[in-house]
Amino acid sequence: MTATRTHRSAEEIGRTERGPRPLPGLGTTAQVPLPEVVTETLPNGLTVLAARRPGVPLVETVLRIPAASPEPVADAARTAGTEVLAETMLTGTATRDRVGLDDDLAAVGAELGVAVDPEWLHAGGSALASGLPVVLDVLADVLTGATHTDSEVARERERLVERIAVARAQPRTVAREALMRRRFGDHPIVSELPTAEAVAAVTPERVRALHADTVVPDGARLVLVGDIDPAAAIAEVARRLGHWSGAHPARRLSAPPVPRAGDLELVHRAGSVQSQLRLTAPGVDRTDERYAAFQIANLVFGGYFSSRWMENVREDKGYTYGAHSGQEFVPGGAVLGLDVDVATDVTAAALLETRYELGRMVAVPPTEQEVESARQYAIGSLLVSLDSQSALAGTLSALDAVGLDAGWLRDRPRRLAEVTVEQVTAAAAELFAPARFTGVIVGDAEVTGPRLEALGGVVRA
Amino acid sequence: MSVIDEKSALALHRATLSNGLRVLVVPDPATPVVGVSVHVDVGFRSEPEGRTGFAHLFEHLMFQGSESLAKLEHFRQVQAAGGIFNGSTHQDYTDYFEVLPGAALDRALFLEADRLRAPTLTQENLLNQVDVVKEEIRLNVHNRPYGGFPWILLPPVLYDTFPNAHNGYGDFSELEQASLDDAAAFFDTFYAPGNALVTVHGDLGTHGVDGTLALVERHFGDIPARDVPQRPSFAEPAPGAERRRSVTDAHAPLPALALGYRVPDPAADPDGYLAHAMLASVLTDGEAARLQRRLVHTDGLVTDVSAANGLMGAPFDSRDPDTFTITAVHPAEIGPDRVTAAVDEELDRLAEQGPDQAELDRQSARWAAALHREDDRVMYRMLGLGARELLYGRAELTLELPARLAALTTTDVAAAAARLRSAGRAVLTVEPASGAEPEGSAA
Repeated sequence: MTATRTHRSAEEIGRTERGPRPLPGLGTTAQVPLPEVVTETLPNGLTVLAARRPGVPLVETVLRIPAASPEPVADAARTAGTEVLAETMLTGTATRDRVGLDDDLAAVGAELGVAVDPEWLHAGGSALASGLPVVLDVLADVLTGATHTDSEVARERERLVERIAVARAQPRTVAREALMRRRFGDHPIVSELPTAEAVAAVTPERVRALHADTVVPDGARLVLVGDIDPAAAIAEVARRLGHWSGAHPARRLSAPPVPRAGDLELVHRAGSVQSQLRLTAPGVDRTDERYAAFQIANLVFGGYFSSRWMENVREDKGYTYGAHSGQEFVPGGAVLGLDVDVATDVTAAALLETRYELGRMVAVPPTEQEVESARQYAIGSLLVSLDSQSALAGTLSALDAVGLDAGWLRDRPRRLAEVTVEQVTAAAAELFAPARFTGVIVGDAEVTGPRLEALGGVVRA
Repeated sequence: MSVIDEKSALALHRATLSNGLRVLVVPDPATPVVGVSVHVDVGFRSEPEGRTGFAHLFEHLMFQGSESLAKLEHFRQVQAAGGIFNGSTHQDYTDYFEVLPGAALDRALFLEADRLRAPTLTQENLLNQVDVVKEEIRLNVHNRPYGGFPWILLPPVLYDTFPNAHNGYGDFSELEQASLDDAAAFFDTFYAPGNALVTVHGDLGTHGVDGTLALVERHFGDIPARDVPQRPSFAEPAPGAERRRSVTDAHAPLPALALGYRVPDPAADPDGYLAHAMLASVLTDGEAARLQRRLVHTDGLVTDVSAANGLMGAPFDSRDPDTFTITAVHPAEIGPDRVTAAVDEELDRLAEQGPDQAELDRQSARWAAALHREDDRVMYRMLGLGARELLYGRAELTLELPARLAALTTTDVAAAAARLRSAGRAVLTVEPASGAEPEGSAA
């Protein structure tokens, strides 16, 4: 304390004469406002789901085409081919070149993108609602008439090789690839990013053949959400996309194997100042009767900021900026994933704390207060997370892809409200048991290796 | 096609409490969620020399408890109310926000008021959050390719003064030297109620506007008034010539470059400033944009290119001086001078001939749709309203943006291009650590 100081001390700042005040209570959370979803399957097999959500004068468009490889194992050439296919889809048709496509979309405030992963080909974007006919017209044009010219394939191949180099320089990409291999071996689901070598070998003929084979309507699903009249929108889709045809139905991805418990694999990345810890175990499908209990148990563990794991490794230890656990759904089920990036010198310590928190889920069950907090978060944040056209469209599309409808979503708050502490305790003990996990650690193995190996359960790649 | 926003009918209600705290209430009955934000008029341009990164570090400390809430309770109470939260530090402001089901409005105001009144600042939390911030910097800068490009790397090339040029994330050694007394001084100086703005946006439930203002008064009204700091000008002369700097990136597989330019004062000349935002779109937004066509597709000089008005990626996010950037990643065999020469040619062409009207109409329609899409979430619209109210006293700017962009003429955009060509600029090149030496780089 000095006489010249003009500000209060930290201690003085932290208290007032009146003292602590009581926290106001909460009112009753509103129901999730979900619009009616109108669904219709066209004669060519394309299913359209349309819902009116005015809010802003836009329409959100999400098309999913099942686009699995016919091969039972990962095929680098096909992964590369479909990636080039996606990149060249919007570069020209018989009637529009790259600029013409973009000009027509821009005129109605539209953005359209095409992406591909081992399971789906996605085409989608948003536009001013009044521009829906234009967006559907452009979409139909590229689905049925993209030309994938030699020159565009050549240019996009070059760019892809460069972009892949940039992507693989990202530690999270390295970790993701290693994790997917650890989980699923050589099942096609692991092929998320092609290799530069395979991309360089893709020919225009191959891209055009893959288009004919993959971009088919039978089994494709189109979701439209926005300031639209659902029936009129579906009629517009039928008019624009009714003539789209294909030789066979779209191909669904087979269920990958269930990840087997085991050691963590240590992957060396030279010059890393952080390590990526990625742990994984079998998850719980949405239709499993334990799903709501699992969801709450996951929040308690690491699924939100106020979780045990986050409070330990960030707010207590300062090892990380963020730790997160959550599920990914895969054909036939789900996988639980834990991810945290930590400083190199605390890698072993962070793994120890992670295992400790997993063990604690078994040995020290979630308290009633932990369950209530997670339950309220799950119910309330559903309201927040669906409060936009794009979020609603994305959620409807993801649920529809696994055969669930808006009714399932509407009923979710009730299912979360009814879960008991005992059910959460059982789910926590069963699903977070440390012995169920495997995974990878990416980082500077020269520095992190000795301590990790001494800790045990870690092997070098 | 009309691109004018029907939503601009949203009513803005303003008040100022007796302690100087400004309040903005913007009801939106179309949503079941409500957002509460506190914008404080201090960003990283105001942090003291020798304490780089302090404004951001302090933002972290504001989540560590307050008189009525133990450490971790702020997070827990927001989340147990079904809400999400965050904070962010910008050049000229720091924001704190939560978005929750409408039923939690009273609680949200309580939580924000408690920490603005009496945050718990402890040595233990300070040390812990220095570690967390260092991990954030390792994650976003040190351990990834192109980390901090261009927002950390470009300003020291374009600007000379400490406020404008320094690294807002901070140097590790200076973060480690930050003391608890630094934090106390920072809070008492900058977090005075008269230096902050509370915004409430969304579902006000049965409270209505008047009831919400009464709630704000109940929670924030007894925070004692303190002196509000005199805000210095951050103005400095624009560079008269081109300035170059090259940096090495240990993780980058390909070279990259960033061009930085000064733009008109967003407060004094908002339309001149916005013409630069439209110019950025004409250059790089969409496959048909000028630099996409020229650099990416026709000449094959770059892998990807983008342009933006505003260092943090959005227009009207800081006071003067603000920065226009063009960034590109390119193959090793292409020298940066070939890229800058092609950019200059396209800017010259735009300066002489302007874009055509149809080109502008298309970009306006895209802007309108993109802004609608952003505003479709309470969080983004609230943060936009609050930032513009704090920086310019005009939350309306957020609602007017689509119409103002649509009203720009080809002459306005040509003038923006000419302005960039007639002044000095910064050229930053990023070289892979193990890559070949590209031509034309200067150290």
